[in-house]
Amino acid sequence: MSEIKEISANEFDSEVLSSETPVLVDFWAPWCAPCRMQAPVLEKLAWELGDKLKIVKVNTDENPELAEQYQIFSIPNMLLFNGGKIETQFVGYHSEKEIKAKLNL
Amino acid sequence: MAQELYPLLIIGGGPAGLTAGIYSCRSGIRTLLVAPIGGGLASSADRVENYPGFPEEISGMDLVQRMKEQAEKFGLEVQYGQVQKVLKEKNYFRVLAEDTFLARAVIVATGAEPSKLGVPGENEFRGRGVSYCATCDGPFFRDKSVVVVGGGDSALQEALYLARMVKDVTIVHRRDHFRAAQYLQEMVKSTENISLKLSFTLSAIKGQEKVKGVVLKHKTTDFEEFLPTDAVFIYVGLRPNSEIVKELVKTDERGGILTDELMRTSQEGIFACGDVRATPLRQIITACSDGAIAAISVYDYLNPEK
Repeated sequence: MSEIKEISANEFDSEVLSSETPVLVDFWAPWCAPCRMQAPVLEKLAWELGDKLKIVKVNTDENPELAEQYQIFSIPNMLLFNGGKIETQFVGYHSEKEIKAKLNL
Repeated sequence: MAQELYPLLIIGGGPAGLTAGIYSCRSGIRTLLVAPIGGGLASSADRVENYPGFPEEISGMDLVQRMKEQAEKFGLEVQYGQVQKVLKEKNYFRVLAEDTFLARAVIVATGAEPSKLGVPGENEFRGRGVSYCATCDGPFFRDKSVVVVGGGDSALQEALYLARMVKDVTIVHRRDHFRAAQYLQEMVKSTENISLKLSFTLSAIKGQEKVKGVVLKHKTTDFEEFLPTDAVFIYVGLRPNSEIVKELVKTDERGGILTDELMRTSQEGIFACGDVRATPLRQIITACSDGAIAAISVYDYLNPEK
């Protein structure tokens, strides 16, 4: 079972910006191979971290306006939102260890 | 309880490591492979067109997945983890990842990653126009102008891929000719929206928030020009991931592990194969070939002639 919810532009406000817990948003697209490599890493992380961190995915093909708004020119592109604000951003495939270091986990 | 000592531990889950696993398991060596989830550079190839036996298109990821299934069929044990260091003990090696593993022989198949250009603006605009993956990021630059840096197969292949979706592509290469395969060169020449800047080096990436252009410098005349562009795709070679064994084995000046033709490194018991090696060609097929040889050398190392 997948732990990571795929969200669309009209859910972005409720799922990400108004979330009480920090949210890691993974911008991805089906044609991006490193994104497909990234997916199982995030699944494992989501499973491990449980309620401490919420992870959601945004498909840039289906939500170009969100990609545009957050100036996504490279994927995979991961943004950490805390209290509605971007706290950290990292681009490209990252291993589990690298993500944990970026997020201070 | 004493910790288990594996006869062979392979570090890296790309074509080199997996092929080594196929050959070692088939020759009866109990083998553990440790690799991060994912599967290396080959996995990020959108299409692999030069691996024999696949005249139809196959993605890098599918190819690597099939190699993994094949290796597991012969008994390869796979553990996900990121190896930090390999330490030499008396007559075995200690491999430090999230867990610690012990092995009599180690095959290093950790691959390579794209080299950086090392110019101002490159890190600053990463993800804001600077990219190392055309298949990932090309679609964000539909109907825009992009620059590709490099002169090898990857650079030209990616330029051709980008030309199908962007407005125009400029290939910047420091030499006056390409190193890439002839047929790629011909395809580039016959593609209308690709133009060439040969004998030019890219000396800076400029922008505000995102990439706006690049500074090009002619190699012999030092003539400088500013070329407006929305993105820079960089394909200037690969950097071997040899840090985890750098105190144990000899490397060349670029970090490629030096081996003999049997894939033996300067450290007895450590073997290297694939892109991490000092090698003239970094291809899936050469990685596989190296892997097979390394596994057979490990067999000979573990079973000295009576």
